[in-house]
Amino acid sequence: MRGGRLIGLHLGLVAVLFALNFVLPAYSHGTVARVMVLATYAMGYNILFGYTGLLSLGHAMFFAAGMYGLAMPMTHLGLGAGPALLTGIGSAAVLSLGVGLLALRTRGVAFMIVTLMFSQAAWLTILLAGRWTRGDEGVVIPQADRMLLGLDLSDPSTRYLAALALFSAVLFGTLWLVRQPIGRVLVAIRENEDRAELLGYDTFRHKLGAVVLSGTVSGAAGAAYGLFFGYAGASFAETHYSIFPLLWVLLGGAGTVIGPFLGTLFMFYLIDLTSGLTPAYMLVAGVALVLLTLFAPQGLAGEIRRRWWRGLP
Amino acid sequence: MSALLSTRALSRSFGGLRAVHEVDLDLGPGEVRALIGPNGAGKTTFVSMLIGRVAPSSGRVLFDGQDITRRPAHARVRLGLAYTFQITSVFARLPVAENVALAARRRLGRDRAAVAAEVARTLGRVGLTGREKIAAADLSYGHQRLLELAMGLAQAPRLLILDEPTQGLSEPEIETFKALVRTLAGETAILLIEHNMGVVMELADRITVLDAGVVLAEGAPAAIRADARVQAAYLGTAADA
Repeated sequence: MRGGRLIGLHLGLVAVLFALNFVLPAYSHGTVARVMVLATYAMGYNILFGYTGLLSLGHAMFFAAGMYGLAMPMTHLGLGAGPALLTGIGSAAVLSLGVGLLALRTRGVAFMIVTLMFSQAAWLTILLAGRWTRGDEGVVIPQADRMLLGLDLSDPSTRYLAALALFSAVLFGTLWLVRQPIGRVLVAIRENEDRAELLGYDTFRHKLGAVVLSGTVSGAAGAAYGLFFGYAGASFAETHYSIFPLLWVLLGGAGTVIGPFLGTLFMFYLIDLTSGLTPAYMLVAGVALVLLTLFAPQGLAGEIRRRWWRGLP
Repeated sequence: MSALLSTRALSRSFGGLRAVHEVDLDLGPGEVRALIGPNGAGKTTFVSMLIGRVAPSSGRVLFDGQDITRRPAHARVRLGLAYTFQITSVFARLPVAENVALAARRRLGRDRAAVAAEVARTLGRVGLTGREKIAAADLSYGHQRLLELAMGLAQAPRLLILDEPTQGLSEPEIETFKALVRTLAGETAILLIEHNMGVVMELADRITVLDAGVVLAEGAPAAIRADARVQAAYLGTAADA
């Protein structure tokens, strides 16, 4: 059965990542933990870009909303890590609802520009509120506060497994969503919005739902990043943090469940390995990106789907 | 008999151009109505106002007694209107079966078995069985028109608006189409915009002739064929073609 094979593939990935916890050398262990959190961010981005067909250039604001929604109450109100995780996710949900209601009045290029502008405004707000956010310098979340349900998240192995838990939840959540009728409607909107509207689907509400879900998952990744690695800084709200998930998703395969992880992992290790060989490592990374775009325009997982496995969601 | 769909003084201007001017139309349940007229008569603008793709400048649209003039397109579809585009508009990169499933699922919900049965039944009716897994873009043009029709049928509409359904079809495909529309009698009302007079005369219960945005004539096919004004405006050269 196809459903079984699919769940097998994604369970297999989670099992491999779990096993790696016990065998990876310290450096890679930390990198993979980071990749899993950032891949969660990319999966959130992919819901909107890959499945609904809306290209946002401002997702850093949702990532940062989660991160600061967690860090601010922890730093200034002494909130515990658990409740702060919820305020972080809640902040991203509220922000994405507000931005979605306004930005979805536009389409296409205008939507890209509007999300970019909102994101710039969010970044400047963080800098302006320097008294609390400490601007570019950022705030450090002390090791003693990074306790969740009795687990010490500053411990590498605990952190790795917590990152894996978040990653797995979003991976299977996405897999479930895109196989549901509502996920199919998002794809229909991506493919032909007018047609979807004339089949009786309220496309505005579906797009708004996709923005909120995408922003909230991105915010959850931002909150987790702040908590796991003990730091919240304004650089996470800058434009390049909006571009990263777009690149990761394009490389891994837009509109595939597993693609965002592959893209994030690939990009991380590409830069990591080449920077050890040459100071011109960004040039190597750039050439690799151009080649991949030319010869596998649908990304790594997209290419797998095209060649071998047409039903891959 | 109360009308299923009515328009009252429905009008639309684009700048200074009166594309549709004060059109009153009543269409009964189960009726097959053809809407004809020369190019630029306002036919597509008129049906676009019925489905909600174009907002009227003035006038009202009533469906089943409710005023739907201000309702968005998706809400009208939920009431039982379905529309097939003049220029084929399918989900090109999705499989044929998924195209129809999207149309059926809005009505049948998450009952996978019911959706699958409806998809199989509808594709069978339009003669596309066996092509379920092909991407819609890989179908021939005529088959894409049939897919468009299948998506209309899968919605089980009470009024199906067909905008030039036979345009670009071959003669055998037109015969298939005519046979299919005959099987729909009693199942749904149909509003047919059509240039092919053979199709119109054979299928329509009544014909409304639109010219320069106003209703020029309305009646049974035989009466329309005999109407001198219609012949002057429209049929004159094309009647024997």
